[in-house]
Amino acid sequence: MGLATAYLSLIVLLPLAALVWYSAQDGRTGFWDAVTEPQSVAALKLTLVASAVVVLINAVMGTIVAWILVRDRFPGQGFVNTLIDLPFALPTIVAGLTLLALYGPQGPMGVDVAYTRTAIVLALLFVTLPFVIRTVQPVLLELDREMEEAAASLGAGPISIFRRIVFPNLLPAILSGIALAFARAVGEFGAVVLISGNLPFETEVAAVNIFGRIEGGDPVGAAAVSVVLLVISFGILLTIGAFRRWATRHDGA
Amino acid sequence: MARRALLRFLGLGYLAVILVAPVSLVFWRAFEDGVGPAWDAVTTPAAKHAFMITIAITLIAVPANTIFGVTMAMAIVRRRFPGKGIVNALVDLPLALSPVVVGLAFLLLYGTGGWLADLPFDVVFAFPGMVLATIFISLPFVVREVVPVLREIGIEQEQAASTLGASSFQTFRRVTFPAIRWAVGYGVVLTTARALGEFGAVSVVSGRIAGKTETMTLHVQERFDGFDYVGAYAASVVLAVLAIATLLAMNFFRPKEGTR
Repeated sequence: MGLATAYLSLIVLLPLAALVWYSAQDGRTGFWDAVTEPQSVAALKLTLVASAVVVLINAVMGTIVAWILVRDRFPGQGFVNTLIDLPFALPTIVAGLTLLALYGPQGPMGVDVAYTRTAIVLALLFVTLPFVIRTVQPVLLELDREMEEAAASLGAGPISIFRRIVFPNLLPAILSGIALAFARAVGEFGAVVLISGNLPFETEVAAVNIFGRIEGGDPVGAAAVSVVLLVISFGILLTIGAFRRWATRHDGA
Repeated sequence: MARRALLRFLGLGYLAVILVAPVSLVFWRAFEDGVGPAWDAVTTPAAKHAFMITIAITLIAVPANTIFGVTMAMAIVRRRFPGKGIVNALVDLPLALSPVVVGLAFLLLYGTGGWLADLPFDVVFAFPGMVLATIFISLPFVVREVVPVLREIGIEQEQAASTLGASSFQTFRRVTFPAIRWAVGYGVVLTTARALGEFGAVSVVSGRIAGKTETMTLHVQERFDGFDYVGAYAASVVLAVLAIATLLAMNFFRPKEGTR
């Protein structure tokens, strides 16, 4: 117990404390200058907007995929179900390379989105694919179908059944999945770095901006932008905690 | 029925475009010029060295995080202690934090001018730093898999064992561990996947010295940046095969409804 806490402090807490302390080395103005510097602002904005787009697509497509995995029956379903975790198991740099092979200049389909913002969204969609599916799937499995049957027997159509019965039950899971996907998307580096081209103000995301500052010998600036990401990550974790409590509010204790 | 077909088409089509097509293409690209060049590319001294480094890091990070993970999960579920909320948040943080930020944190702590810069051995731009960064990134998985199972099994059996005179180690080995071993297994698989594939954090702390501090993932980027596409794709295939093996292991260990 004591050892586990010491391990946690040494591995997680101490480096992050050093990061926060270092970011404040040039005083409050130094920190603020680095964070409000136009290139960092552009990178942070792009990261947040791209992540928001990605989680919205995930919310819709993830729910559809979870639905066909639970409620549909088709050949190869088990295989598809296994495949969902591939983005988790595949190293991010390989994910970036695979997307570049298909959607880059030498892509076999003639689609070339390399070094554009579309490429960033594609890369983030790839790495965040499992989150919404894997949070919605178990809830959908447990969902009592009698409610839906009752609604149908009372004359509700499939759309109003989904909207009034299924969707409200899935919502906490969808939101948790979205939050996890958002956290992942905001910090993503490996999948994005090859395909985005990293043009400042155009296709440079926050993680790449931090990396550039480290390479360019500006560790204080890198630390300042990192602290912004750290705060966002903490905020998301707190939000997920709140969703979980909301989702289990009827479970008692 | 038409609605069902449409949903199926949408869902599977999405998976094909985002997931299946790109991954299959990498295999195609790697073996485009035949198996020979691909094999040569992954058996160069630099590629072999990168592979060994990745394996060595994983072999340290995974057992460390497994022992920590089980201990921490026991503490979170079975004990009350001040600051439990903070501990919980710290355990989850690596899931939500950018790997580049993690790498930078280690760089600032152990690098020149850092609080722990004067250790007798090099951490930053060397093997220890890469191990630490990988441990950070892959830390939550065993804890997160074991905690819900420990909650579920309760403490009656453990209490019964200790009333009958079992020592705490015996209780753990004979009662607790058999109940959580599948969750530990699943957590270990997830930890391994994350450790093998780690890129951002290691990229920052390693300094990317070819033949010295280069992991398999860094090797992929280094080959790609050097326009050696067959080399990059071939190394990617090695990593993809490891990922697929992980996937099969995940499938084996995944908690199944009502079968545990």
